[in-house]
Amino acid sequence: MTAAESGTREKIYEVDELTRVEGEGSLVLHVRKGKVLEARLRIFEAPRYFEQIVVERTPDEVIDIVARICGICPVAYQMSAVHAFEDLFGVKVDPEVRALRRLLYCGEWIESHALHIYLLHLPDFLGYDSAIALAHDDRPAVERGLRMKKIGNRILEILGGRPIHPVSVRVGGFSRAPRRADLEPLRAPLAAALEDAKETVKLVAGLTAPEFEREPRMVALHHPKEYPYNHGHIQSTDGVDLRPSDWDRAFREVQVEGSMALHARTKDGATYLLGPASRITLDAEQLHPIARELLAETGMADAIRTNIYWSVLARAIELTHAIAEAIDIVDGYRPPIESRVAWTPKSGVAAWSTEAPRGLLFHRYEIDGRGRVSAAQIVPPTSQNQGAIEDDLRRFAPRIIDLPDDEATLRLEQLIRSYDPCISCATHFLDVRILRD
Amino acid sequence: MAAMAHPTEHGHGGHAHSNEHGHAARGGTPRPRVAVVKFASCDGCQLTILDLEDLLLELSEHFEIVDFPEASSARSNGPYDVLFVEGSVSTPDHLRRIGELRKQARVLVTIGACATSGGIQALRNWADHDAYRAAVYPTPEFVESLARATPIAEHVPVDFELRGCPISPDQLVELLTALVTGRRPQLRDEAVCMECKRRGVVCVMSAQGIACLGQVTQTGCGAICPRMGRGCYGCFGPREQANAAGLARYLQASGERSAEEVGQLFAGFTAYSEPFRSTITDLGGTRGARRTGGAGHVAGGAYPPPGGAATGRASYLPGRPRMEGIDDDGR
Ligand code: SF4
Ligand code: SF4
Ligand code: SF4
Repeated sequence: MTAAESGTREKIYEVDELTRVEGEGSLVLHVRKGKVLEARLRIFEAPRYFEQIVVERTPDEVIDIVARICGICPVAYQMSAVHAFEDLFGVKVDPEVRALRRLLYCGEWIESHALHIYLLHLPDFLGYDSAIALAHDDRPAVERGLRMKKIGNRILEILGGRPIHPVSVRVGGFSRAPRRADLEPLRAPLAAALEDAKETVKLVAGLTAPEFEREPRMVALHHPKEYPYNHGHIQSTDGVDLRPSDWDRAFREVQVEGSMALHARTKDGATYLLGPASRITLDAEQLHPIARELLAETGMADAIRTNIYWSVLARAIELTHAIAEAIDIVDGYRPPIESRVAWTPKSGVAAWSTEAPRGLLFHRYEIDGRGRVSAAQIVPPTSQNQGAIEDDLRRFAPRIIDLPDDEATLRLEQLIRSYDPCISCATHFLDVRILRD
Repeated sequence: MAAMAHPTEHGHGGHAHSNEHGHAARGGTPRPRVAVVKFASCDGCQLTILDLEDLLLELSEHFEIVDFPEASSARSNGPYDVLFVEGSVSTPDHLRRIGELRKQARVLVTIGACATSGGIQALRNWADHDAYRAAVYPTPEFVESLARATPIAEHVPVDFELRGCPISPDQLVELLTALVTGRRPQLRDEAVCMECKRRGVVCVMSAQGIACLGQVTQTGCGAICPRMGRGCYGCFGPREQANAAGLARYLQASGERSAEEVGQLFAGFTAYSEPFRSTITDLGGTRGARRTGGAGHVAGGAYPPPGGAATGRASYLPGRPRMEGIDDDGR
């Protein structure tokens, strides 16, 4: 970061390349006389044109292709796509397939949340450059994180052949469903991971987070009977209630003025927050009892809602949930009667939202008469959160502008990392030029 | 093979399994300085490094990871003993950076299909780039992007490459171990079929008529797709001497597949590697390219094709009565 002093009390903070967020981004904060003129999180991601690459491809090909938008949450992309297609084609999958897809998502959440908490976020709270530096002083903590990450990956590997870009998800089910015995090796490590997760909740609940209260509009899927992965209605803290296919009735993408970036807003132009904190706020009742109890013990549900730094705790609670639910699914699993059911394509609009580790991920495909995609829209969580992040940066900045540059920078970076912005996910984010006086 | 250690110009020769600086990481002091950089990619390959989990902390005893923006706030400029490069060259800025980085790196290792082949984004190389840009971005003139997404070896010499979308953790460990001990990494050039044989996997192509690119695709993954009941889609890229045209003819003849359908099988994550590249072009380009007025032309043929149980088609298996429905109108 460089803080260019231009005139009295005018500072432009630039965090050049945000580290420890997936992908590359940068932040520009323009401050004059204690007032924040501008806060902009910039994204460096070469365009890869996914929405064009999927044109003319068949639904199963699309499932393979969109996974490559993000190496951290490929399952999320596969899940939003497969449910969009199945919704349009009227495909009803075997109940065990439905459970296996939840298990697959559990695996991705476990690996993503464990990675974020231990390798990316905890070093921030404890004042280290990286998990490797942290490991020098507290190796058991880092090993605990890695153990959980590993079991998440193991789930993905057993169900999908490999942890990154698994291969088995197909329209109608799976190319191959596991036998009971295939899931057996998950039992013991999952049981151990549950203890690790509880330990993690204790650890992060005891951290000190900067004071920063605000009341963002929160959006997440909500399902009356289960914590949201693939099903539920899109709901918000201010009353939105929509089918997962109908995201575009309440939200839209807007082009940010003076840049190429596309952000999402509500129809009336407001920003909103997705992700673990929003899900905990809207869906706490549906958490696995073990996770729900832990949340109650911490007594920090309100803090999670109002202070984004506590998203680290929201992640720890969700990590516990995902491990506990994975145990239940493995215990109750019997192979599906049909691992993949018959289907025929239909023309029309295939749209769906699922809950990626970082929040709601919306896909919309127009399918032509030959069952191929003719147009696509993919709205990743990061492009939806971007507006809320910038709002928060504007609100937060006055508290740190009097700090020494190094410390101010660290605080800003830490704030941004609290949103876990997965920049690779931002399929159509672009470099925005700095605006200087 | 040594001759290919420094592929030049447009030779997307790729396989650079040996090099003169392979001893950079010989044991003793000090630890080799390792960095990871990213071009156009999904980050999945560098995540594979983080996914080494238990090994990660052990590795950090042998290597000094000096620049890995996704894992650490500590940054360092070159020179580096080992530089891992993920992603394809896709913007004017990438073009500038790759030359600079090559100068900073004693050993440059490309990781993954994006870096070694151009990746899925290289499908735009068959299309009209301006039309692509205009379709995704409202004001395309601001978009900094090259007409072609290209592998690293098209621009600078590459010392080693790890294939795959994403790379295989086993091959990554093999490479790192070889670098530490100063020996040559054992990265085999064999067909995925060999992996099926070794593991006793029943061939999905001969048993079920599923299209599989395993014969022409390099091993390394452990035959993941056949093991998961589907055909290989070539994510480790063509092996040397792969007879892609021959397989394409076989796939058309044996499965009533149209040229277009077969072309799409090759038009995946390593499409831009020869001989997949020319096979796709010979079969009429990519469908996306035809849409945007690119090099291809509209091929005939009904879709979905009549009958057949092969995967990759829009319909799958004749149905049986539905089981009682699940509440998936969203609830
Ligand atoms: S090769 Fe595949 S996994 Fe690796 S960065 Fe590219 S898209 Fe991601
Ligand atoms: S399944 Fe594919 S890779 Fe395996 S033997 Fe058959 S053709 Fe080869
Ligand atoms: S079988 Fe083929 S497509 Fe599947 S992981 Fe291996 S190389 Fe990639």
